[in-house]
Amino acid sequence: MASRGPLFPQLFPQLFPPLLQDKSTRWFLGTLGALAIVMPLLNLLAPPDSPLHVSTYTITLLGKYLSYALLALAVDLIWGYCGILSLGHGAFFALGGYAMGMYLMRQIGDRGVYGDPLLPDFMVFLNWTELPWFWHGFDQFWFAALMIVLVPGALAFVFGWLAFRSRVTGVYLSIITQALTYALMLAFFRNEMGFGGNNGLTDFKDLLGFDLQNNGTRNALFVTTALVLALAYIFCKWLTASKFGRVLVAVRDAESRTRFMGYRVEHYKLFVFVASAAIAGIAGALYVPQVGIINPGEFSPINSIEIIVWVAIGGRGTLYGAVIGAFLVNYGKTYFTAAFPELWLFLLGGLFVVTTLYLPQGVRGLLAGGTVARIRARLARLKASGGSV
Amino acid sequence: MLTTISLQEKTVLYMSGVTKSFDGFKAINNLNLVIKPGELRAIIGPNGAGKTTMMDIITGRTRPDQGDVYFRNEVDLTRHSEAEIANMGIGRKFQKPTVIETLSVFDNLELALAGKRRVRDSLFFALSGSGRARIDEVFDIIGLGPRRDLLAGALAHGEKQRLEIGMLLAQNPELLLIDEPAAGMTDEETAQLAALLKSIAGEHSVVVVEHDMDFVRSLESTVTVLHEGSVLAEGPLDKVQNNERVIEVYLGR
Repeated sequence: MASRGPLFPQLFPQLFPPLLQDKSTRWFLGTLGALAIVMPLLNLLAPPDSPLHVSTYTITLLGKYLSYALLALAVDLIWGYCGILSLGHGAFFALGGYAMGMYLMRQIGDRGVYGDPLLPDFMVFLNWTELPWFWHGFDQFWFAALMIVLVPGALAFVFGWLAFRSRVTGVYLSIITQALTYALMLAFFRNEMGFGGNNGLTDFKDLLGFDLQNNGTRNALFVTTALVLALAYIFCKWLTASKFGRVLVAVRDAESRTRFMGYRVEHYKLFVFVASAAIAGIAGALYVPQVGIINPGEFSPINSIEIIVWVAIGGRGTLYGAVIGAFLVNYGKTYFTAAFPELWLFLLGGLFVVTTLYLPQGVRGLLAGGTVARIRARLARLKASGGSV
Repeated sequence: MLTTISLQEKTVLYMSGVTKSFDGFKAINNLNLVIKPGELRAIIGPNGAGKTTMMDIITGRTRPDQGDVYFRNEVDLTRHSEAEIANMGIGRKFQKPTVIETLSVFDNLELALAGKRRVRDSLFFALSGSGRARIDEVFDIIGLGPRRDLLAGALAHGEKQRLEIGMLLAQNPELLLIDEPAAGMTDEETAQLAALLKSIAGEHSVVVVEHDMDFVRSLESTVTVLHEGSVLAEGPLDKVQNNERVIEVYLGR
């Protein structure tokens, strides 16, 4: 670490050389890149009856996992590095998802059930005669793309500004983030809010002119999500490898020490919280066209808690751990909710308890060999003492 | 010999008539304290005498109910946050050694190093040659050079104390507030520490809160005795130790 320094005093001094030297980053980006290239090729080129063929269903499922992984990355950035335990990050994900959903609704045009050229079906159903003001502009992709980042970011800014300035930390902060997402869920359930009530937004047709049911579009969405995840990973890596990242760790481990060193802790927290919310919003926007629906259920508190479980199981404070956790838990969820639906929640809870008690660094700790080494050492001690300990 | 001083004289720290109560308990009661530029001052007092609350007030963690607290005759410290006060040049070392355990010893000093503290400064920060030289200087003083790449959490207790003092030095404050630095240190380390504090006084002002009388004696400085939130006596250690009221409340002999 002492070698860091004046060698690269350009704009991004910490980014390039250390990033490529970092083994976990090379490994992570390599795996992600391979997945993003191989999977679509196997889907598009291998004949359907070949054992190598990857179904479009799998592509979409993986794309969904990738957007969850992006969300997990956002949570790890604030929780793993700065100690901000947000139990409401699903809200930012859902807001980004709604912004994308609104764009997709506007793209339906007159192809809806009621054939109204302007109003989405649910508005016609509610006998509304004109488009609410906040739906204007969403027919433009650039506008929607802006909102995907701006709306979650602005909410995080206002919320974080109030919370961090008043020095709300720990469980109190967790509880109000939970309340935030719950309040939004109740609001979005109401038909009068103008977001489709409990049915949410669905029946999407196309994105930027590409048919969402089309195989090629599905593959493109998958590859785009992988690409965005890679970019977000590099961004987070850059943030956490900079001195800014070390200040975050200082805030996590000794908040008042950091203040007495002269750092405005609330500014650092606010910056990272807004960045995290924006990434969560992008994750939501990538999720929605792949699953084909966004509804208020995405705001439900349990969703936000599940994100925490992904990150904890993967191992927090490493970025790639969060991605591994998101993949493992969601794969488990897909498998078990189909095979043993009644067991899933018990399994998820059990996994969380086991991780907390025995794997404080999550699966990443297992991979890094820490736990294995510990168990080995314990066995060696047992043997040495003749099994009496 | 209680201090009475006017603001015309040059001071680093000026506290006058400061009072702070918590739920009716006066932790600080009409406290007057003046620290002159370059002075080394030891503060002693039994538990609950208000030493920590006094430090909290100076560093902006606690607001006094009454009284004036001025830094360099001009800055009203009761109107600023911890971070602002730290950036003005008041450094604080906690009683329990507080370093960032999951960062390396080097990183701890780098974080503490005097410099701009805004978010964007940290995002695009690259350690300058002079910054690196300053860190090496601090390593020479605290003697942890060979451990620079170790995680701070892996240091022994006494080493953490030294690292935290090193962080204060890197921060280069005008006034250092040091809470019980000798706790958990060996005799040799304590002697080194006393020599270090004496050597930095002069250029900086240093206020040391300490229980260890041998350590206070080795500082050879003016001693202020706090009792029930106000100053009971002030002067050289020998005089203070012979003060009847001090013997009564503190030395208990």
